[in-house]
This record gives sequence, structure tokens and C-alpha cells, in this order.
Amino acid sequence: MVFVWFWLVAIMITGYVVLDGFDLGAGVLHLFIARTDEERRTVIRTIGPVWDGNEVWLIAGGGTLYFAFPLLYASGFSGFYLPLMIVLWLLILRGIGVELRMHMDSPVWRGFFDGCFAISSILLAVFFGAALGNVIRGVPLQKDGYFFLPLWTNWSVGREPGVLDWYTVIAGVVALIALALHGANYVALKTSGELNARARRVSGMLLPALVVVTIISLVATLSIRPELLTNYRNFPVLFIVPALVAAALFGIFNFRRRNQELATFYSSAAYLVFMLVGAAVAVYPNLLTSTTDPALNITVYNAHTGAYALRVGLIFWSIGMAVAIGYFVFIYRMFRGKVEQQASGGGYL
Amino acid sequence: MDSTLLLHRLHFAFTVTFHYLFPQLTMGLAPLIVVLKTMALRTGNDQYNHAARFWARLFGINFIMGVVTGIPMEFQFGTNWSHFARLTGGVIGQPLVMEGVFAFFLESAFLGLFLYGEKRLSPKGHWWAAFMVFLGSWISAYFIIVTDAWMQHPVAFERGADGQFNVVSFWGLLLNPWALVQFAHNMCGAVITGAFVMAAIGAYYLLEGKFTEQARIYVRVGVIAGVIASIAAVFPTGDAQGRFTAQHQPVAMAAMEGLFKTETGAPIVILGQPDEEHQRIDNPLAANKVLSFLIYGTTAAEVKGLNEFPKDVWPTNIPLLYYSYHIMAGLGTLFVGVMALSAFLLWRGTLFTSRWMLWIIMLCLPFPYVANTAGWLTAEVGRQPWLVYGLMRTTEGYSKYVHAGNSLFTLIGFMGMYTVLAILFLALMQREIGHGPSATPPHELGSGIPITVA
Repeated sequence: MVFVWFWLVAIMITGYVVLDGFDLGAGVLHLFIARTDEERRTVIRTIGPVWDGNEVWLIAGGGTLYFAFPLLYASGFSGFYLPLMIVLWLLILRGIGVELRMHMDSPVWRGFFDGCFAISSILLAVFFGAALGNVIRGVPLQKDGYFFLPLWTNWSVGREPGVLDWYTVIAGVVALIALALHGANYVALKTSGELNARARRVSGMLLPALVVVTIISLVATLSIRPELLTNYRNFPVLFIVPALVAAALFGIFNFRRRNQELATFYSSAAYLVFMLVGAAVAVYPNLLTSTTDPALNITVYNAHTGAYALRVGLIFWSIGMAVAIGYFVFIYRMFRGKVEQQASGGGYL
Repeated sequence: MDSTLLLHRLHFAFTVTFHYLFPQLTMGLAPLIVVLKTMALRTGNDQYNHAARFWARLFGINFIMGVVTGIPMEFQFGTNWSHFARLTGGVIGQPLVMEGVFAFFLESAFLGLFLYGEKRLSPKGHWWAAFMVFLGSWISAYFIIVTDAWMQHPVAFERGADGQFNVVSFWGLLLNPWALVQFAHNMCGAVITGAFVMAAIGAYYLLEGKFTEQARIYVRVGVIAGVIASIAAVFPTGDAQGRFTAQHQPVAMAAMEGLFKTETGAPIVILGQPDEEHQRIDNPLAANKVLSFLIYGTTAAEVKGLNEFPKDVWPTNIPLLYYSYHIMAGLGTLFVGVMALSAFLLWRGTLFTSRWMLWIIMLCLPFPYVANTAGWLTAEVGRQPWLVYGLMRTTEGYSKYVHAGNSLFTLIGFMGMYTVLAILFLALMQREIGHGPSATPPHELGSGIPITVA
């Protein structure tokens, strides 16, 4: 049962990264690929109808984590207090950046919110990557299951690391590039004309960078935490996951060259999915590793909630998510196609 | 009091109080917008659609503010109240997950359709979109109330080996009687806010002599909804909430009423200042025996005062609790008066020309916000010194590793951030209200481009 809930939480987080990932990525590139007010408006409109729903995956994912593994939620959220609070502020800035931009027809007003949207998206991408890096690297868990991480210490991966060290910065860079690429593929998919061309060009430029940082991050991960290969060694069939990451990268290259925008977008989504699945496979059954003593690790076995709650939760969670996915399919179908074409069809929808 | 604990409490209190300024209006407006859409369908009068569009715009701005200030709330259980989260996740994790998967996805999906789908959807389809937004926001409220109700009145749980709480009955938790009563009372409060805001803006337009046809709809719908909700907030929901509190949290009730000593035929204090040191009410204006009657239905009943309880279970801030409760109850009474009088004038057909009454309605606009805030303060300050009533103290729950310097840092950050949000919000509301209902429909706003979906 705890195995199932581990993967349900992983699904929620992966769903969040893939979905909110493309609108974060669009935000990362907002100031660079969209030059005129018209173009910036178009970028906002590509994500406008869906970003809020995408962010609900974060809320629902956080809720699922709280429900299934309260110890992890309590320890992780209080331990990562400062970065999480900064993430919250960035999420607020980004939300108003997207939503309030259109309310006034003024260059200053719009410029301000374009800046909010882009800067908060960039920082969020880096922070989310660094967060994953922290989970993989481990934190100085105390005997009572808690810890507190300062934002940085000496930037090295030791027993008393900070939220930011050389390893988590690499993870942040991977996330920034990966989400920017994902966002570029999305903008290319949803727009036409010059914006589309620019997004495709950016996607092409980011791909080699992504390949390089992916390899660097893999090497770095195995150098600081060689034991992460254990699950893979015990079940060699799992090596298919990293192979799929490579296949997804090739897919981006291949489909982009052939101008297959949807397939390119799916490929970058697949890259994110398999990177996260690969990380989840590697850490299981640990949820949060201790840098001081492996006996203090928070694992699926010591962090889970009561058996009854997990059993009943499986029922209502499945029903709720099935319905939610139904909404998503419906909404994405309503808003399918390029943004300009929708506008010429009269009205927003 | 320990300053770390105080800062963590202020952190949550500040962010939740600011947050709830927005959902109370969206939850209150949602059913009123459904009413407008229903009227449009039934009468075929496009003025109602027009009105629904105007209110949807104000709804949209409030919704965005509610979303961005709401996300920090769920995080703070873990960040600032980690030990509470760790011990209670097995119970209140359930309603919080259910809120996410059942309410938020629903709300976010249909709000987009409602705000921008009017042209594409049939009139009935658009009515359904409005209805689903209403449903989503009220379901969301229910799950949050279930969470709070469990803290007020824990049910359907057992304690695990490490002291953690585990739910033992899915329905027992969801149908906690406290939650049912609190939800009913709270939603009356939200509708009061929605109704007063709608009526007040209508009254403002009438007094200005602008958009009069639209303004009459607002005043009429606002007053009718307002009179129903104001009365229901007092009876039966407020009455039931009061009896529940007296039964399960008698010490909180004694502090709310400023009843320091047990009395038979206890009076109800209408005005006066609690003096904790001398354990009495200064300058009291009291109605004899009314409290006994309200709680037990007989003027002779004995009501327990604070002196019956050990001091370590007294609410930690008795004056604040006393004032919050009295402000809520006083304003609740005022709402009944204002709305009943307005409804009477509406029935007589003279409301739209009674400028003095329109002035009163307009000036009442801030009071529902004050009353809702004071009501929640009553509930949560009254719950002290407990996080889980009678079982887990507030002093046990906060994040010990997050020291005072860090929580003050982020509290200041939130204060700054929310000041900016408040200014933006007021500027946008002022602009929309200034534009009025004659402004272009939302999908043509701002040089032909939509505000995006919240």
C-alpha cells in the first residue's frame, strides 16, 4: 500500500512538473522570445486558460503528500522553510503577472507585470530543480525527524549543506533549461508566424545545452550518492528509464527537425516524466535521506499515515483524479489549436 | 508568551485573515450570479446577463486574489506548524486532499468556461458553468470547514503509538456535526458579504444616478439574498453554533460572554470591557437572564463561568475573544435590521427612491468583512489554548526548528507582499466599479484582448 502511495505522490509531482512546466517555461522565455506587446499578449494567452488548473496539481500534490506521508510533509516543509516561502512569494508574483497584465492598457503597467511573470518563472524553475537536488542529496535530519536548512553554507556537499550548493545549483540549471525548452516547444505549438519561429529557434539552441547538463547532473549525482544505483542493479530492467530519457531527447531533436510541433512537445514532456521517474526509482524507499546517519532516513515505511486512511484514500483519490483528468481533457480540447486562429474566429474561445 | 510561538501564530493569523477577505466575497457572489443567470434564462431579459457579466468581472479579480493568497495556507501547516502536521496528517490530510481533487480542479476548469465561454456555450451551458463554479467554491469551503471543525471538535480518530491521530471513519470525519453547523453559519456569512457588496454597489450607482436599470437589479437581488442570509446567520445557524460551543467548549463560551463567575439566570452582556485582573466586566450594559435562555431555553438555567475551569484551559486572549464575539454578534444584529428595513421598502416599492436607505446600504459595505473576520477570530481564539481541542496544545504544534528570526522574516515578507496586493486589488476594483456595467464584455477588454482565466 505504501508502495502505491509513493507512486501516487510521484504521479502528482510529475503531473505538476509536466503541466505547470510548460507555462513556467513560457514565462522563462517570455521577455526573450516575445518582443512586442502583441507577442507578449499572445504568450500570455497560450497559457491563460490553463495555468491555474496546472498549478492545482501542486496544491493537490502537496495535499496528497500531507495525507499519505505526514512525517515527510512536516519535516520537509519546515526544514525547507526559507526556500518554500520564497517559492510562495514567487508563485504569488507569477499569478498576478499572468492575470493582471491585461487589466490596463498602459505600457508601464504591462511592463511591470511582464517583468513579474518572467523573473518569477525563471527563479521558480531554478528553485524547483534545486528542491529536487536537495531531496536527492539529502539533508541533516535530526533524531526527532526534523531539520532546518539555511539557504547556503559553504556551497559544498557535506554533512551540513545549505539549500544551495554546487550540486543543487546544477539541478537548478537542469530544471531551468529543461523547462525553458518545454515552454519553447509549447509556445511553438500554440503560435504561428514570427513568435513561432523564434520559439522553435530557442528550442533548437537549448537542446544541446540540455543534453550536456543532463549528463553533468547524472555524473554529479552518482559521484555524491553512488548508492542510488542500488535499485537499478537489483532490477536491471529499470535501466529502461534512463534509456527512455535518452530516447526523449532524441525525439525532441528528431521531431523538431521534421517540424512536428506536437510530437516535439510530447518529447520534452516525456523527458521530464522519465527524469522524475528515474529519480523516484533511485531514491525508493527513501523519501528524504539523512546526510548524517542512514538510520535517520525518512522512508515510506516510517512516514506513512494510518492503514485505514490509505485504504479509503485510494478510493476517493482515484475517483477525484479520474474526474479531474476528465476536466483537463475537456479544457485542453476546448483550447486546442493555435492562439491566433482562435482569435480570428471571433472572441476568446 | 514564547516569542517564537507568538510569531508562528501571527504568521498564520495574518495570512489567513488577509486570504479570507477574498473567498468570502467569491463564495457569496457565486450563488447570486447563479440567480442572475437563472433570471436571465427564465425571463429572457438580457439585463440579467449583462448584470452577470459585470459581477463575473469583480468575481474574477477576487478569485485571483483568493488563489494567490490561498496557496500559502496549505503550505503553512508544514512550514510553520510541522509538529501539528505530523501528528494530525492522518486525519486532516483527508479533507485537504479531497479539497484539491474534488473542488479545486472543478473550480479552475469551470471558471475559465464561465468567464470566457459565454459566446461559445449555449445559454444553458453557460448557466451550468456558473453553477459548477458555485458548486466548486462551496465544496472547497466545506472541506476546509471539516478541517477546522475537527480541530474544534475532534471526532472519528484514534491515537497511534507516537501520539499521531489516525482517522477511523471516513464519513464520521466528513459528517462531523460541528462541521455541518459551522459550514451553514459560515456560508450565511459569505452570502451576507456577497449580498451587501452587490446591494451597496447598486445603491452607489443609484445615488450617483448612473446605470440605474442595472443598479436596481443589484439592489433587489442583494437585499433579498441579504435578508435571508442575515436572518439565517442568527437563527438557526448562529443559535446552533452558540449551543454547540456552550456544550463542547463551555470555557470558550464563558470567555466570549465575559462571564467570569457561574450564574443562574445569567445575563447577556451587550456592552462593557472585560477586566481580567478583577474578573469582572467594567461599565456593563446587560440584559438579565437572556444568556441562560439562549443556551438552555430557560431563564433559570445555570451557566458556567470562567471560575469553574482551571486557568490552564482558559482561552489565552480573553479580551480579544470577548470583543471579536461581540463585534460579530452586534454587526449580525445590525445586518438583520438594515436588510429587513430595506426589504420592507423594496416590498412597498419605495426603496429605489429612499435615498437615506440607499446611503445606509452603501455605507454598510465594509461591515460584513469585519463581521466575518470577527466570527473566525471568535472560533479560533476561542479554540485556544488548543490546536486539537482538549488533546493537543498550541504550544506543542509549531515548527521548533524554525526560529523566531526566520518566521519574523517571512511574516514581514508577507506583509509587504500583501500590501502590494491590496493596493493592486483596490485599484482594479475601483476601476471596474468606475467603468460600471456598461463597459465592454470581458472578452473585449483592453484593446480586444481578454483578461486571462484565473
